[in-house]
Amino acid sequence: MPPRKAAPWLSGTASPTGPYYSSLTRRRLCGLTTAVADVTTVVDVTVIATESLSKRFPRVTALDRLSVDVGPGVTGLVGANGAGKSTLIKILLGLSPATEGRAEVLGLDVTTKGADIRERVGYMPEHDCLPPDVSATEFVVHMARMSGLPPTAARERTADTLRHVGLYEERYRPIGGYSTGMKQRVKLAQALVHDPQLVFLDEPTNGLDPVGRDEMLGLIRRIHTDFGISVLVTSHLLGELERTCDHVVVVDGGKLLRSSSTTDFTQTTTTLAIEVTDTDEHPDGTRAVRDALDARGVTVQDGSGLPGAGHVLLLTSAGEETYDLVRDVIADLGLGLVRMEQRRHHISEVFTDSDAAQKEAVGHGS
Amino acid sequence: MAAEQPTATVPGDQTRIHNIGYRSYDGPRLGRAYARRSLYSQSLRGAYGLGRSAKSKVLPMLLFVVMCLPAGIMVAVAVATKANDLPVDYTRYAVVLQAVISLYVAAQAPQSVSRDLRFKTVPLYFSRPIETADYVRAKYASLASALFILTAAPLLVLYVGALLAKLDFADQTKGFAQGLVSVALLSLLFAGLGLVVASVTPRRGFGIAAVIAVLTITYGAVSTLQAIADVQSSSAAVAWIGLFSPITLIDGVQSAFLGATSAFPGGESPSNGVGAVYVLATLGLIAGCYGLLMRRYKKVGL
Repeated sequence: MPPRKAAPWLSGTASPTGPYYSSLTRRRLCGLTTAVADVTTVVDVTVIATESLSKRFPRVTALDRLSVDVGPGVTGLVGANGAGKSTLIKILLGLSPATEGRAEVLGLDVTTKGADIRERVGYMPEHDCLPPDVSATEFVVHMARMSGLPPTAARERTADTLRHVGLYEERYRPIGGYSTGMKQRVKLAQALVHDPQLVFLDEPTNGLDPVGRDEMLGLIRRIHTDFGISVLVTSHLLGELERTCDHVVVVDGGKLLRSSSTTDFTQTTTTLAIEVTDTDEHPDGTRAVRDALDARGVTVQDGSGLPGAGHVLLLTSAGEETYDLVRDVIADLGLGLVRMEQRRHHISEVFTDSDAAQKEAVGHGS
Repeated sequence: MAAEQPTATVPGDQTRIHNIGYRSYDGPRLGRAYARRSLYSQSLRGAYGLGRSAKSKVLPMLLFVVMCLPAGIMVAVAVATKANDLPVDYTRYAVVLQAVISLYVAAQAPQSVSRDLRFKTVPLYFSRPIETADYVRAKYASLASALFILTAAPLLVLYVGALLAKLDFADQTKGFAQGLVSVALLSLLFAGLGLVVASVTPRRGFGIAAVIAVLTITYGAVSTLQAIADVQSSSAAVAWIGLFSPITLIDGVQSAFLGATSAFPGGESPSNGVGAVYVLATLGLIAGCYGLLMRRYKKVGL
């Protein structure tokens, strides 16, 4: 094994001998460890580790023996509503005791070191959490002080952080007048203002339009690449996370469905949806494209069950060539291309091609 | 401020490029106690509208002036007429102006806690080192301090005025000290009641109405019952009934132990035995309010 070296982004924020380098969890949880890090030279650093973590409420089981190991980088936590994502974050922040099992964040045990964890971690909740009558600057300064930053540092860090998330002159205006996108940025800024080592972002793209969504995802990517902060981001859409994350953890019904690096997912999940017009020459344009693509050896499914079924074709993309092929085929037929888009996947669809055991698990959860 | 430095941007990076490098923070992190102090001072300033909009300064400042104005007038009269004593006892002052105090609690308790609940800001606090107890203590202490400032300032005006009018020093100092103890108790009690009511009414307007209701309706009911009991000349009943509203509770405590003349009908002060019950009831209520607040915030955690 190569000698352990501190990741570049760790320098200055943690000592290499600090509790971050826990050996205990690593050894026990090696079964699920997947190498994620592309920016770090440390192979076996664990940011979050849980071991048969369960949380049962009187009527529901929110988490069911969840064992997962998350390294540095951007990690997506995907699950349907009620899959146990928020419960997991609460436990990881040390705010809700687990029924059984254990968990460590940055090498600190959640049951005994909750306060230490919360000092080094940022949290952006899913719901609205901003008072409308104060400005973004005032609010974030206050939150920085609540994280223990001295007054001057709190003001400086607030100015920096708000700029980094893309809020400029607006930051002096009351939050009540902000758009949803700007509010999400303020929520993100308050999670980053104390320069944490890890942030939990709960559904950060909720309520945003496609452009805002892409900007937010880009920002999340930068939190890791530029700021050197590890990210755990939850979503119920796998499609948007696979573009942003290094690693994706899928939970359903409180159970771990899958934990692997994003490249594994993308290969199986890029599906294109195509819709074309009809012409006099080809009264059924959809069928014509289908036949033409079949002739070139591309398997096409009709998009039954989707809106506009019968007019939508689905095909699995093998990369850039597929887009070119579709374009050429449609141009040759003289049809109009109404749309060609990457479909956003729901978690359950990911597993339709994987082994039967996992298929069962999906069926059980949905 | 921030040192601008060129960012290493990856070509083809689809995000917006902000041309400022990220700087990490290696400075001190002052922890829970500091956060609690910061929350206390922020809330205390907020209770007088400081650090908030001009509009929110109006009411607390106005009430503060209304609280101090009669004291100023009394002092002026005492100095001008060379009176032998102040027109109103130190201990009596807060009881006379209880409506102003109730109004202040009703306005400021909801702004202190209801906003955080209504806009769901509470989880942001509890995802930080600060804990439920820190939050509750900071909020409780800040409102109690704000109330103490409101109620003690006019007493200070009276005291300084009394000394200027060359009234008896020992006498005035004793009265002033007794007055301070009484308003300290009153501040703790009113702050506790106000916060408990406000913490279960996340809508601010509703909170204001509820606090006023708790403070004034109980007083109205108690003083009516006391008047009836007084007419029927059952002075024991007058004393016992006084236990059931916050201001008469304070009145009972101070007339039993702090040398105040009771504002009860018939001027009947509770005996020492009943007075002890008053003290216990007051302290019990204060502790109970703290306990209820803790319970409330344990639930709304995250």
